[in-house]
Amino acid sequence: MKWLLVLVQVASQTTGEVFRAIGMRQHGEIHDFRPGALGRVARVVARNGMIISSFCAMAVAFFSFMKLVAIAPMSFAVPVSAASLIPETILARLLLREAVDWRRWTGIGLIAVGVLLIA
Amino acid sequence: MPATSSPATEMVPGVHNDAVRNDAALRSKTRLFAAIVVLTNVAGNSALTKGMKQIGDPGNSPVALIGALFHPWVAVGVALLIAWTASHMALLSWADLSYVLPVTSIAYVLTAFAGRWLLGENISLKRWAGIVLVTAGVTVVGISSPPSTVEGNPG
Repeated sequence: MKWLLVLVQVASQTTGEVFRAIGMRQHGEIHDFRPGALGRVARVVARNGMIISSFCAMAVAFFSFMKLVAIAPMSFAVPVSAASLIPETILARLLLREAVDWRRWTGIGLIAVGVLLIA
Repeated sequence: MPATSSPATEMVPGVHNDAVRNDAALRSKTRLFAAIVVLTNVAGNSALTKGMKQIGDPGNSPVALIGALFHPWVAVGVALLIAWTASHMALLSWADLSYVLPVTSIAYVLTAFAGRWLLGENISLKRWAGIVLVTAGVTVVGISSPPSTVEGNPG
């Protein structure tokens, strides 16, 4: 059950982050950080399908995390959630066409080994 | 607002001091927000965990999970995690991801200490090693991250 929750949390977190990145790229870079301008940005992105899907996925991730900390130690649940960086980086490379250098892959490798040790 | 003083500003009398003052203010603000990000993350996760441990396994009912949000410790945890999200987004609006990610990854270690001392969790040597490796990995990822990627457009 513990690992099923980790799987759901990591999968929904990854989906949420990737959808949010796609949605925000569709919107474009934010230059104006005044409250009124940020309000306009919020109204625009709230109608973006990718952002809405991202919020739904993040809600699933949060509730999975809530259930996970109910049945597993926090010192397990928090660091193991960093495993989402692994699929996120792979999808950033494949879907978002981001440049991922060897240092970032090294970091991902360290996280993967770390998660295995935490398990 | 310039983050650092440029050679051009240093040559103009009176501007250099302002630039230095602005730089010092920006550094102080960045350190303050980084501390807030780490503390709200650790405190939020600790409060959420404490509340969920008191409630116990809510089962698979979504109603039970939503109901858990009204438990005092869970509510405090959620409020702190909202503050964490807001402060994290604010910090990223002016600071590089490559600074924010490694600096805030210390939260993984502090969370382990909080689990050990506040919640009485037993942490094996193997798990400590894993936490250190995850922290090192997040730091390396952060160091490698450019402020933004110029290529690529997912459409």
